[in-house]
Amino acid sequence: MATTAIRWQENRIIQDRIKRTIAYTIVIIMAVAYIFPLYWLLVTALKTDVEIFAQPPPIIPPNPQWHNFADSTTYIPFWRYMWNTIAISGLTVLGTVLSCTFIAYGFARIQWPGRNIVFLIYLSTIMLPSQVTLIPLYLIFKDLGWVGTFLPLVVPHFFGSALYVFLLRQFLLTIPQELSDAARIDGASELSILWHVMIPLMRPALAVVALFTFVQTYRDFLGPLIYLQNQQDWTISLGLKLFQNMYGAQWQLMMAASTLAMLPTIVLFFFTQKTFVRGIALTGLKG
Amino acid sequence: MTISLRIPRLTKRQRRSLVVGLLFISPAIIGFFVFNIGPIIQSLQYSFTRYNILQPPRYVGLNNYLFLMEDRVFKIGIQNTLYMVLIGLPIHLVFNMLMALLLNTKIKGLSIYRSIFYVPSITPVVASTIVWLWIFNGQFGILNEFLRFIGLSPIGWLTDPNWVKPSLIFMGAWFGGNTILIYLASLQDVPYDLLESAELDGANAIQKTFRITLPMISPVIFYTIIVNVIGYFQYFTEAWVMTATRDGSAGGVANSAMFYSMYLYQTAFQQFKMGYASAQAWILFMIVLVATLFLFKTARWVYYHAEN
Repeated sequence: MATTAIRWQENRIIQDRIKRTIAYTIVIIMAVAYIFPLYWLLVTALKTDVEIFAQPPPIIPPNPQWHNFADSTTYIPFWRYMWNTIAISGLTVLGTVLSCTFIAYGFARIQWPGRNIVFLIYLSTIMLPSQVTLIPLYLIFKDLGWVGTFLPLVVPHFFGSALYVFLLRQFLLTIPQELSDAARIDGASELSILWHVMIPLMRPALAVVALFTFVQTYRDFLGPLIYLQNQQDWTISLGLKLFQNMYGAQWQLMMAASTLAMLPTIVLFFFTQKTFVRGIALTGLKG
Repeated sequence: MTISLRIPRLTKRQRRSLVVGLLFISPAIIGFFVFNIGPIIQSLQYSFTRYNILQPPRYVGLNNYLFLMEDRVFKIGIQNTLYMVLIGLPIHLVFNMLMALLLNTKIKGLSIYRSIFYVPSITPVVASTIVWLWIFNGQFGILNEFLRFIGLSPIGWLTDPNWVKPSLIFMGAWFGGNTILIYLASLQDVPYDLLESAELDGANAIQKTFRITLPMISPVIFYTIIVNVIGYFQYFTEAWVMTATRDGSAGGVANSAMFYSMYLYQTAFQQFKMGYASAQAWILFMIVLVATLFLFKTARWVYYHAEN
């Protein structure tokens, strides 16, 4: 009896170990596969224009051409595009955080008749494909003389975004009502409750909204493609396409510029990993 | 009089909170009408006109819709987009779920792997698509280099009409880190005692996954399906960058990578047929609406366990 029990347990430990080894092997293979494109980007960025086309391609650059990075920033007006991208993303973050804070407060912390039904209607706009409003909005912005400026990309974000309002509202609902009531008895206005009581508590949620908005805007392609018509106003995503449009594409410079264009979001991620992971868990919460 | 009868009488306090509440959400109200409802109605109106921006819109009745029925490229665009939604998306979601289940096996160094799988999804789409353009390159790409190395003939990953959509799906899996992390977060919330008691009852790993884990996180699965179905119907940037040519057109050989949004973009912003493009936009709106309603109607498999 005792020996079978022990053997059973031994089997189990061995089985566990096998399972674990398999899991690790797959995870490591997948991790390598996920890193490879980024590695290949860097390697290609460091090659000479001859090594690019060498067959078989060198897996490690024989003589890394670090100057490719500097060259790529003059081949296209890289820093100008970077600045445009950061400016648009920054203003978008400002608009989103500001407007969504107010809207979420109105939906979460003030009891007004019809609140829930209005919120549901508002929330349904998440499901609206942006193509449906694209053309009329373009024509409106054209009439306003805004096409060719940053305004069409930035201004709409000052009027809230349903997804982030939802996120902030969920967060605000978890803050005990007594906090507001106490402040109200002391005669505080809603604005001062929002500013002095809620905002300090909302900081982690606001960080999530700010980060997500930044990354989303920074990655955007279609918006800038439609609205930024002067080459000097382009974002980095549009600028990278310049390499493609030129005859005899300079692949190594294109890769170098792409690497540089990725750096801001990657660096941002490594400094704010916890906020990202928390935010992703939040967006996964069902509506 | 009639209106005041229908609306329940509000106390003074309620009226005050209504005013304050509406003030706080006023940006949303303005945004809702100016950026959503207004443009939706306008785009329906434009869809019945011929409008090239230079001349004022001219009413043409249902012509745009009738022309679309005959439009070969439009049809291809719908087919390709359905391919992405019905084949690409399920592959991606199942793959992302497998990755999440794998990461949920209490492996060491989780935060490192999590970062590795997530980072691609936050890189600028154009920048990372450019790498893939090079990886898929028919002549000098590493993939074909590998095929030659193991003695197979190279494939026109982006130039062969049969291969371009699978190639895009293959690349798309690389961008799935966001969904992997959503799944992983929800898997970590599955109560451990449930799994433990199932194990004591003799359930194996597969039974535990299908009978407990997946039903427990089905609301999250449902959420990712809804969001991604809507997103995949609007599939644009990856395919556009992958197939863009020097003259500014895109869509691949024989329109094999022409997706709905790409054709809509071309119609509106390269050919300036705003009415025709608006009709396309409205059909897309209807398709997405029907798809979303269908998903909600068939959501019986989603299990909401009692909270609180």
